[in-house]
Amino acid sequence: MKSDSNLEKVLAAGNFAVTGELGPPRGANLQAIKDKASHLKGMVDAVNVTDNQTAVVRMASWAVSLVLKEMGMEPNYQMVCRDRNRLAMQSDILGAAALGINTMLCLSGDHPSFGDHPQAANVHDIDSIQQIQMVANMRDQGRFQGGAEIDTPPRLFVGAAANPFGDPFELRVLRLGKKVAAGADFIQTQCIYNMERFAEYMRQAVDMGLTEKTKLLAGVTPLKSAGMARYMAKKVPGMDVPDEVVKRIADQPKDKQAEEGIKLLCEQIEQLREMPGVAGIHLMAIEWEHRVPEIVERAGLLPRPQV
Amino acid sequence: MITAERKPMEEIFRLIEPYGKILLVGCNECVTVCHAGGRKEVAMLASALRMGRMKLGAPLTVDELTLERQCDPEYAEELAMVVDQYDAVCSMACGCGVQTVAERYQGLPVLPMVNTEFMGSSESNGVWAERCAGCGNCVLGLTGGICPIARCSKRIFNGPCGGSTKGKCEVSPDIDCAWQLIWDRLKQLGQTELYSQIMAPKDWRTARDGGPRRIVREDMAI
Repeated sequence: MKSDSNLEKVLAAGNFAVTGELGPPRGANLQAIKDKASHLKGMVDAVNVTDNQTAVVRMASWAVSLVLKEMGMEPNYQMVCRDRNRLAMQSDILGAAALGINTMLCLSGDHPSFGDHPQAANVHDIDSIQQIQMVANMRDQGRFQGGAEIDTPPRLFVGAAANPFGDPFELRVLRLGKKVAAGADFIQTQCIYNMERFAEYMRQAVDMGLTEKTKLLAGVTPLKSAGMARYMAKKVPGMDVPDEVVKRIADQPKDKQAEEGIKLLCEQIEQLREMPGVAGIHLMAIEWEHRVPEIVERAGLLPRPQV
Repeated sequence: MITAERKPMEEIFRLIEPYGKILLVGCNECVTVCHAGGRKEVAMLASALRMGRMKLGAPLTVDELTLERQCDPEYAEELAMVVDQYDAVCSMACGCGVQTVAERYQGLPVLPMVNTEFMGSSESNGVWAERCAGCGNCVLGLTGGICPIARCSKRIFNGPCGGSTKGKCEVSPDIDCAWQLIWDRLKQLGQTELYSQIMAPKDWRTARDGGPRRIVREDMAI
């Protein structure tokens, strides 16, 4: 084992993994974290803790990760390249690892123009692929990015994100390949709504042997309403929501749309479980943490394995 | 070239408010090409300032002059004969020109009339676009002649990020995704294998991160 990560153990034992997500609060509210996290405990194998998601300032990802750890959960500590240079990243990584955080996810990060500080300087000292390589080298070579030796290297299960739906499509699997070559132990994808296109992506990834070298978790998000479906389809960059999906939710009366969204999600999870190369799902409930127990129960994903 | 745009008039009026006699100095180089601070723009701004101040009841004397190149001490020297007749020099050159003049005439306020923008090229009539970030270590040979630093909003070396949609950047549909352009060009050149290599973290010391830069050519020194 490369780390003490619960996610690594679950995947290594051949289980279909389930990860969740928790957005830190926009304030110093510890109780808010605990309330959200309580819905996820025992429901997922690791919880992604977002890092200033959508470029909006929130409580530090490492701090919230530590709270989850103390609650007996496995945090997946997210870190974006947007806000830190390589020095800040490595010092945060050492701190997180020393505090018992075992899993981390390397990301470029949304551009600041989307967030609450569009005036901010965006760092982008290194990109997410270079970041993956840096963390993997810190662990495996015991070296900082600058070359110096690390006394007690961090032991982290290193993840990366992939968007099968961005353009150009032909670069998507190649870029996944680069992330795997850089040392990504696991991959979590962007929300999937276009199953056909995702299946094609997976066929290519399997053909290239990528799914043997990394564990790929397919991203899913329940559509809560027709409004959300339309927003995802039109406003979120790199998102592919087919018209029939939007229509399926919109055709329901308002008070039935959320139920239809969960039904659709369970069907998607069923399909993903059958898809070659898919090692698990990453469930991004987006401020719907309280519905996660119901979703994983209905999708037949409980109980979560004890490893 | 270095691109620039004239500052908003309100800001210019605020800057020159304390002065009664100014020398407005243009530059015949980049700012002439991008129509921001050449002879023509000097004349236009001069009359706008005269009229504006007249309206305010605080008349302003504006003399006009355009140097061959304001960022060279040799040309900045041409102001020596006249400069002490003025309360301030207002420069329509880029930041390099403003600073060259300010360095030469220490006791005189030298005020910028333009905002210096970026290193770019002309895309079409009236359109200039950023092309180079002056990082001091060019990677264009590996990226199909398209710069991932100047032209990708996230400076990604191993792009494209997940936000690239239909060839456009997530930041704005007006911005081309640099990595879409790079990929298209690499395909055209038959160099797609360049993409699969992981580009290493950049040494930013050759860029501004190494501190203010100088080029010293000893073979040229007199």
